[in-house]
Amino acid sequence: MLRLEPRPEPSRAMQALTPLAAVLLTLLLGGLLFAALGKDPVAAMRVIFVDPLLDGYSRTELLVKGTPLVLIALGLSFGFRAGVWNIGAEGQFIMGALAAGAVALAFHDVPGLWLLPLMALAGILAGLGWALIPAILKTRFNASEILVSLMLVYVAEQFLIAMVSGPLRDPQGFNFPLSRNFHDSALLPLVLEGSRVHLGVPVTLIAVALAAFVSRRHLFGFRSRLLGEAPRAAAFAGVEAGRMTVICLALSGAAAGLAGMFEAAGPAGQLAPSLPVGYGFTAIIVAFLGRLDPLGILLAGAVMALTYVGGEQAQYVLGIPAAANETFRGMLLFALLAVNLLVHYRLRLVRRAR
Amino acid sequence: MDLAALDPLLLLASLLAAATPLIWAAMGELVVERSGVLNLGVEGMMIIGAIAGFAAAVATASPALGFLAAAAAGAALALLFGLLTQILLANQVATGLALTMFGLGLAALIGQPYSGIKPPPATRLAGQIDVMVPLGLALAGAVWWFLARSRPGLILRAVGENHDAAHALGYPVVAIRLAAIAFGGACAGLGGAHLSLVRVPQWTEGMTAGAGWIALAIVVFASWRPARVVLGAWLFGGVTILQLNLQALGLGIGSAWMSMAPYLMTILVLVLISAGRSRAALGAPACLGRVFDASG
Amino acid sequence: MNITRRTLMAGTAAALALGAARVRAQAKQKIKAAFMYVGPVGDFGWSYQHDQGRKAVEAALGERVETSYVESVPEGPDAERVLTQMARSGADLIFATSFGYMDQVIKVARQFPNVKFEHATGYKRAPNVSTYSARFYEGRHVIGLIAGHMTRTNTIGYIASFRIPEVVRGINAAFLAARSVNPKVQFKIVWVSTWFDPAKEADAANALIEQGCDVLMQHTDSPAAMTIAEEKGIYAFGQASDMREFGPNARLSSIIDNWNPYYIARAKAVLDGTWESTDTWGGIASGMTEIGGFSDRVPFEVRKQAMDAAIAIAAGRLHPFTGPIRKQDGSPWLAPGETADDATLLGMDFYVEGITDSLPR
Repeated sequence: MLRLEPRPEPSRAMQALTPLAAVLLTLLLGGLLFAALGKDPVAAMRVIFVDPLLDGYSRTELLVKGTPLVLIALGLSFGFRAGVWNIGAEGQFIMGALAAGAVALAFHDVPGLWLLPLMALAGILAGLGWALIPAILKTRFNASEILVSLMLVYVAEQFLIAMVSGPLRDPQGFNFPLSRNFHDSALLPLVLEGSRVHLGVPVTLIAVALAAFVSRRHLFGFRSRLLGEAPRAAAFAGVEAGRMTVICLALSGAAAGLAGMFEAAGPAGQLAPSLPVGYGFTAIIVAFLGRLDPLGILLAGAVMALTYVGGEQAQYVLGIPAAANETFRGMLLFALLAVNLLVHYRLRLVRRAR
Repeated sequence: MDLAALDPLLLLASLLAAATPLIWAAMGELVVERSGVLNLGVEGMMIIGAIAGFAAAVATASPALGFLAAAAAGAALALLFGLLTQILLANQVATGLALTMFGLGLAALIGQPYSGIKPPPATRLAGQIDVMVPLGLALAGAVWWFLARSRPGLILRAVGENHDAAHALGYPVVAIRLAAIAFGGACAGLGGAHLSLVRVPQWTEGMTAGAGWIALAIVVFASWRPARVVLGAWLFGGVTILQLNLQALGLGIGSAWMSMAPYLMTILVLVLISAGRSRAALGAPACLGRVFDASG
Repeated sequence: MNITRRTLMAGTAAALALGAARVRAQAKQKIKAAFMYVGPVGDFGWSYQHDQGRKAVEAALGERVETSYVESVPEGPDAERVLTQMARSGADLIFATSFGYMDQVIKVARQFPNVKFEHATGYKRAPNVSTYSARFYEGRHVIGLIAGHMTRTNTIGYIASFRIPEVVRGINAAFLAARSVNPKVQFKIVWVSTWFDPAKEADAANALIEQGCDVLMQHTDSPAAMTIAEEKGIYAFGQASDMREFGPNARLSSIIDNWNPYYIARAKAVLDGTWESTDTWGGIASGMTEIGGFSDRVPFEVRKQAMDAAIAIAAGRLHPFTGPIRKQDGSPWLAPGETADDATLLGMDFYVEGITDSLPR
C-alpha cells in the first residue's frame, strides 16, 4: 500500500516541482470545466495566464492588484509561522483605509508633502490598533484570536458603512454613501507613467526583501518559526509566547493597515462601502500558497492577481461567466494546497506487515 | 405607533424562520469544530446546498428530495475539504477560505438555468414555520445528546481535545473527523436549501449573502454548546428581524451600528467565557485547527 | 424626452461636465460595444435588464455590432481596469451601468477621447461621456395609483434600499399618487441598506405584511418580495424587470427599466458618426420607464385611470409632482399648479406631507 512518510527536511526539488504539478493539475481540471461550458479550453488558459503577461498595461495592473495581497500576506506570514492566527486582516485593512481616508478628508484642499506620510501613519496605527484587540484579548483573557479577529472584520465593515453614510459622506454627493474624492496631495504619486502603479508598489517590493531578510537572518524570524514548530523548545529558548502573539498580530495589523492606506490613496482615491473586496481573506490563501516565505508570497500574489486580471479578460474576450472564473480560481487553490503535502512528505510503497 | 402593534406570536414565527438556516449551519459546524477541525467554508457549503436543493426540488417536484440533495451536495463539498485537510494535510484556514470561493462560483455556475424559476412549495406547518424549523431544534437536542451522552460522541470530543491520545487509544482519528466534516457539510447544505426552498423561495446568485459567516460566529458565541447555538441563532437572526419589524412599525432604527451589535456581543461572550479558565472548561476543543498526522 | 441639464447642477458636477461638446466622428461600418455590470446578469433585476439591452442592440444591429460584457465588477479600482481594458481592446462604445462607476468612467474617458462612454445614473459628463437615467418616479406615480385603489387595509409597504434622492423621490411619487385616490392610505417604509440580499428583502416583506400591509412596493433588485407576496396572497409590483414568473397572482403591474431603445439609438449614433455627449433622463414617453402589463385583478376603471395617467405623463400633460404639495414638516414646497423642477427632484432629500415615517439618518 501507499504510505505517507515525513521527510527529514522539506524537499528542495519538491518545493520547485509541486507548483508546476499544481498548475498542470489545474490546467487539466480547468480545461475540463471550460470545455464543459462550450469554451475553447486552450484559448481560455491563454487569455487567463499568458496574455496578461505579454501585455504591458496588464502587467502594470498585476502589480496594482497584487500589491495589497502581497503586503498583507507578508505581515500574516510571521504570525502564521508562530501559530498566531490572525484571520481578520480584512478588518485591519478596512480600518487602515478608513483612518487614512479620514485624515485625507480632514485636510481636504490643504496642500503639503506631509499629508501622505501622516495618512500612512494613520493607516498603520489603525490597522495595528485593530489587531491589538484580539492580541490583548488573547493574552489577557485567552480568547481565541482566530475568532475575535474574524468577528472584528464584520464590525469594521459596518463601521466603514456608518462612516461613509455619515460623517465622511461627500456633502455634494446627493447622499450616496461615498466620501468625496481625495485631494491631489492625498493621492499616492505614480511611479510608472501611463499606468496605475503607485508608490505603494515599490514599497511593497522593499517589504518583501526586508521580510526575506528578517525571516532568514534575524532572530525574530527564527523565534517565530521556533514558536510555531516547537513551542516547548521556544519556551526554553526564552521566547515569550504572549509577547510574540502581540508582536505578530501588531505586525500583521500594521501591514494590513498600510495596504488599506495604499488602496484608498492609490487606485481608489476615495472611501466607499465597496472598497474592501476581500483582499484580507485572499491574502491568507496567498500566504499559504507562498508557503509563508516572502519570495513565495510574492509569486503566489502574482498568480492570484493573474487569475483576477486574466479572469476579467476571459469574460470580456471569450464570454466566460464570472462564476466560472471563480470556480476555476477555487480549483487552482485546491490543487496548490493539495500538492504542498509532497514538500514535507513522501509517498512510499510499503508492504503491509503480516 | 407603539410596540403593542407588534404581534409577539408573528414576530416569534419570523424569528424562528430566520434563525433556522443559521441553526442548521452552525450546528453542523459545531460538530466539526468539536472534532478539532475548523472549516471556514460554511458559506460555500450553504450556497451549494441552496442550489443543489433547488435544482433537485425543481427536477423532482419534491421539496423533500430537494433537501436530501442539498445535504448530499453539502457533504460532498465538505469531503473535498476533508480530503485536502485530513488526508493531504493542507492548512485548514486556507482550504476553508478556498472552499467558500469555489462553492460560491460553482453554485452560480450550476444555478444559471434556474434563475426565474419557482420551486415546488414546501409544506408549512403554520405561517412561516415549515418542518425544518422544529427539525432544527430537534437537531440541536440530538447533537446535545450525541456529544454529552453517547459513546461515539465522547470519542468525537476526545479526538477534538487530544488527537494524539485518541490515536494512541486506537481510535481512527482521520475517519472520525471526516465523518464530522461530512455531517457539517450536510447540515450547512440543508441550511442553504432552507433559504432557497422556504425562506425566499427562489434561486438567485449569492443569495446566502454572508449567512455562513454568521453561522461561524454563532458557534463561537455559543462556546461550542448546542443549546447556546440555538440561542445565538435567535439572537443573530433576531437582530435583523427586530430591526426590520421596528422599521415597519415606524420606529426607524436601521443602522450599521445596530448590525455591529451581535458581533461585538460575540466577542464579549468569548472574552467572558475564556477569562480565567482553561480551554477545556469553556468547551473550545483544544485541537481546533491543528494538523493531525498519524505518521509523524 | 432628452434634456440637457448641465446648467442645473451646481458645483463639481457642472465643473466636470465640460459641456456637451460635439466630437466629430466618421460613420463606421461596424462597431464594438462593451458593457460593464455591477451584479451578475442572472440577478433578474438591475444588471439583468441592462443585459437585455445589450441583447437588443445585437438583435437590432446584427452584423454591424459586436457586443461583450464583464459582470459582477465591484465599484472602485477594479472597474477602472475593466473600463481601460475595454477601451484598449478597441471598443467604440462602453456602457458602465452603475452609479458607483462614475469617477472611473470620467478618468478612463479622459485617456481615450475617441471612445464613447455611457454612464447610467451618474451626473458627471465629458465630451465623450454621456449620462442616462430613467424617470422611474413617473412609473411610481402609475403604480401608486393602482396601489391606492387596491389596498384593503389602506397600508402599503415599501422596501427601500439607500437614502439617495432617487429612492426618496420614488417613495414620494408613489405616496402622492396613492393618496390622491385614497386619502386614508398610509405608507410603511423599511430601509434594508442593500440593493441585493434576497433573504433580507424577504424578511422585510414579511415584516411589512405582519404590520398589515397588503400591497408591497420595492426599490431593491431581487424578486424576493414578489415571491413572498405571492405566497402570502397579497399584491406587489415588479421592479426593474417584470417579475411576472415570481408572482403570477401577486403581481399587479411592474416598472420595467427598458434600456433597449436607448442602447440601440446610442449604438446607431456611433455607427452614423452622430454620437454626442448628452444627458438623458428618459421617462414613460421615451419608453425607458416602462409600465408592465396590468393584472386581471386590477378592476377595469383602475386600469383605465392608470393607463390615462401614463399617457398624460408621456404627453407632458401630467407631472407626478404638481402642487399644492407640502414637505413632511408642513412647510410649503410647490404652490397650486406648480410642478417640480428637475434640479429639486435630482437632489430630493425630504418626504412629502403625510408620510409618517422619518428618513433614516
